[in-house]
Amino acid sequence: MSTIISVSNLSKAYRIGKKADRADSFIGMLQDSITAPFRNWKRMRTVDNVDRETEAELHFALRDVSFELGEGQVLGIIGRNGAGKSTLLKILSRITEPTDGTVRIRGRVASLLEVGTGFHPELSGRENVYLNGTILGMHKKEIDRKFDEIVEFSGVEKFLETPIKRYSSGMRVRLAFAVAAFLDPEILIIDEVLAVGDAAFQKKCTSRMGDIAKGGRTVLFVSHQIGLIQQLCTKGLYLTGGRVAEYGDIDQAIKTYNRSQSSESGGWTARSVGEAANECKLLDLQISNERSQRQGIIVLGGPVYFTFVFSKKVKTLDISFTIRDFAGNAISNLRSFSRSQDDLLDGDPSDTFECYIPECPLRTGRYSLDLVVHWGHDLQDRILGEITFDVEDGVYRGRTFPDPNAPGPVCIGHIWKIGSV
Amino acid sequence: MESKNVEILIRKTSGWKMVDFGELYHYRDLLWFLTWRNIKVLYAQSIIGIGWAVLQPLFSMLVFTLVFGMFAKMNSDGVPYALFSFCALVPWSYFSNALLDSGNSLVSQADMLSKVYFPRLVLPLSSVLSKLVDLVIALGVLFGMMLIYQRLPTWQIIFLPLLIAIMTITAAGMGMFLTSLAIQYRDIKHAMNFIVQLLMYGAPVVYPTTIVPEWLQPYYAMNPMVGVIEGFRAALLGTREMPWVWIAIGATTSSIIFMGGLFLFRQQERVFADVA
Repeated sequence: MSTIISVSNLSKAYRIGKKADRADSFIGMLQDSITAPFRNWKRMRTVDNVDRETEAELHFALRDVSFELGEGQVLGIIGRNGAGKSTLLKILSRITEPTDGTVRIRGRVASLLEVGTGFHPELSGRENVYLNGTILGMHKKEIDRKFDEIVEFSGVEKFLETPIKRYSSGMRVRLAFAVAAFLDPEILIIDEVLAVGDAAFQKKCTSRMGDIAKGGRTVLFVSHQIGLIQQLCTKGLYLTGGRVAEYGDIDQAIKTYNRSQSSESGGWTARSVGEAANECKLLDLQISNERSQRQGIIVLGGPVYFTFVFSKKVKTLDISFTIRDFAGNAISNLRSFSRSQDDLLDGDPSDTFECYIPECPLRTGRYSLDLVVHWGHDLQDRILGEITFDVEDGVYRGRTFPDPNAPGPVCIGHIWKIGSV
Repeated sequence: MESKNVEILIRKTSGWKMVDFGELYHYRDLLWFLTWRNIKVLYAQSIIGIGWAVLQPLFSMLVFTLVFGMFAKMNSDGVPYALFSFCALVPWSYFSNALLDSGNSLVSQADMLSKVYFPRLVLPLSSVLSKLVDLVIALGVLFGMMLIYQRLPTWQIIFLPLLIAIMTITAAGMGMFLTSLAIQYRDIKHAMNFIVQLLMYGAPVVYPTTIVPEWLQPYYAMNPMVGVIEGFRAALLGTREMPWVWIAIGATTSSIIFMGGLFLFRQQERVFADVA
């Protein structure tokens, strides 16, 4: 097996903006506004130039990363947010240059860091397929040849001549993914763009990705969905703080990753919600054994409160989340759309929604959530695998489960009897 | 995407980089689709649509005719002032629009820069190319006006493509230059609009070249648009002999601007994704 990608001592540094001294007088302010252009000029000129900076002012998004990947291998890149996964993909895709180190790649690369790059709302579905395809490096002839397949895969045949500004966000994403799915490179670099749209389409995407991975192509794949990574990848690269923490067999990398996740529990806060003002984004999620508490220990058999805070007040939302175990296996899906008579969802508009589990059936361990929020048919937010919580041992319906090695992640309430009843 | 033998080496680069023509050729379809998108999208959801390509120079011509032709009684080389100024406004509108559009091309499409790799040059180039459609339409209106004023173009009309090429190359060069600075320093964006407005007075759009002092004229002709505009008037209105000396001087500066813009662009290219 020949080496297709060889990365050696790769580093990428960014300058950290130093905190500027603020003037505290009017004269000082005037003086500042006069000298500001000169300071800005100096600052902006050096944003990319790190040679003459001292280390303290630099942030290394990647540091001394080395690995080799052979033909046909599928590499899963894992790590927490800010571990350098995306930076690594950007360098490999030639979007940005490394500060130090080299990468050698043999073969044509296609990278999918985002679906639908360059989509223009005024253009029709057909036109956008061609535009997006050529941006991704395809020739017109190539797209001509694959056009029917792309359209069939996306399932938007009927709206091909409609400007995509009239598409639902789900349709748009499906069309975008379809174009990407029919790229035919030797090396494919994919950021977390998989599993878009509804469940059926997600399955289609995943199986298409599986086909690509099995088709002898070299694939690099970033995802928070550990289960999916385990399923698709043969090798694993675990990054932490820009450095390689583990490189090798995928199972080994996932094991190291899971072990290193600290056991702190209970919630998630959005990094930023700047761009999407007209969408209903998740700002905050608290997971606790008491209502609206961030801290708290969730135990088997005890209550669990999921408190969602969104960026907008709405009357109804379709909140759907799947609880997964540490290996990424789905345990159950909880959804506000299918109503129970006990739900209290007919009040005034609010930005806060609560999901309450009276008796937690999950056994000891770490769990993650895949959260998808829709408003009608429009996707509002999607957070896959980033939210985790821990459950500790407890009593479920009067019964303890003392054997930690007993199979199965959940408890089912049950009652034994002896003799004829 | 067939060849398996391509080997890509990724590392920090420094200094000047040549243009990778092979790669640009590989992405020729992208250049074409972006150009076509610019044309199609610009006039989408507007009532007059492509008519805007005509209205802009037409209204400038009306105002100039009123102010410079009627009030100031500006000499117009013996042709009606309306025709005199419109014949210059057609190339000038192309030049200024192509310059502004390509100057903004990176900033307005910054999202693409950080998400996918492609030769960045296609962005300013497609801007310059897409404006050629406006030029052709405006030329049509100019011919219409010549018909009304009963004027025939001279045989030198065959040189129009050459003049248009000089203009396109100048706009592309300045566009590449400005856009690679604008992505890092947004000041350029604010400055560009009024600089283009001022530049118009550095070319014989509203006045004839005869009012420029003799000793100044060789320097004046270093503005490539001087030779182009006077060339347009010579070819279409026959106001003068084809000003070959000026055109040659202009073509020289134009090539220098183009090469300079290209090299600055290539040099800055490596940080586009980081500063976008």
